[in-house]
Amino acid sequence: MQSETRKVTLSAILRWFDPRKTEAGNWAFILNRVSAIGLTIYLYLHLIILGKLAQGPEAYDSFIDIVRDPIFVFGEFLVVAGGFIHGLNGIRVILNSFGIGVPYQKQLFFGLMAVAVIASVIIGIRMFTV
Amino acid sequence: MSETWTIKYVIYREKKGQEPKFEEFSLEMRPEEYVLDGVEKIWAYHDRSLTFQHACHHSTCGACGMLVNGVEKLTCITKIKDVTENGGVVRIEPMRNFPVVSDLVVDMSTFFSRMETAKARQVVSLSESPTDSGIKREPNAADDLYRLSDCIECGLCISACPITATNPEYLGPAILAAVQLNGLDRFPELLSWVDNADGVWRCHSAFECTEVCPSNVEPAWRIMDLRKQVVSRRVKNLFGMK
Repeated sequence: MQSETRKVTLSAILRWFDPRKTEAGNWAFILNRVSAIGLTIYLYLHLIILGKLAQGPEAYDSFIDIVRDPIFVFGEFLVVAGGFIHGLNGIRVILNSFGIGVPYQKQLFFGLMAVAVIASVIIGIRMFTV
Repeated sequence: MSETWTIKYVIYREKKGQEPKFEEFSLEMRPEEYVLDGVEKIWAYHDRSLTFQHACHHSTCGACGMLVNGVEKLTCITKIKDVTENGGVVRIEPMRNFPVVSDLVVDMSTFFSRMETAKARQVVSLSESPTDSGIKREPNAADDLYRLSDCIECGLCISACPITATNPEYLGPAILAAVQLNGLDRFPELLSWVDNADGVWRCHSAFECTEVCPSNVEPAWRIMDLRKQVVSRRVKNLFGMK
């Protein structure tokens, strides 16, 4: 029998971000993708903002005044949290990828995410209070 | 008299050239019965056109893998009471990441062909098997003893894998686990097949394969171990070692 070719559908792509009925490993997978997309978007925004420097100090300073708004500070906080989540989860992936701690991947995930939350809260408090 | 539950089975139906749909069937089931028993009752008493696969009824053939309430299950060993409650719903869908042939039957020919390329074995020596039974074996004592391989080629790991969902070319957990069990030292010709973008390096550590495996194969661990084998083999090749 000739094998039928399977098409990749939008619902298959959306499955990457669906945590229902899945376990810790898949939550880690989802968090890594969401944080990676967020950090990539931020990187491009960052480069666009740096481009303001080429338009002179006035353009840059006026833009900086805008981003002092708490909404933008919260956005920066998400970047920091995303960096911690992605980086620490990445350490778990690297360790597991070479057979280190595979039976403890869930504990590694929860432990490293606890570190990410604590670190994000500490940085967040400083960002909103200093 | 044993307790009877009223269960609503919601079954995925798809016939060639027709739009997929879900059909509902109300069944009287004992909580200790298995999900597959309900599917068979629907076929026997409600709709003879329902197509599904099964054979052994004791998790050896691997034919009855389906999606039960959104999770990959071997339906012959999944009890009703473990997936729903009295008056509850059992939603049955075909496995994901395989083309649907009809209703709950999927086309697994590509998967089986890859398992063949991986030289997957149905029988392995005890010395190559996990020692979860707790029996301590003397060195070399198991050389002549064999058992059925853990992997029953049910395809549940392929269905659960989020990477396979978006990349049909990815070899997938069961195939890579079979290569790991064989070992690249034994079959060095498989190195180039698994050491590429759609092979062992495509896995992104979601561990869903291990979560749904009904047979303790632990495909995720085996993929990670295969990576070590690949790196070791590459280093040996670099220095001209066998």
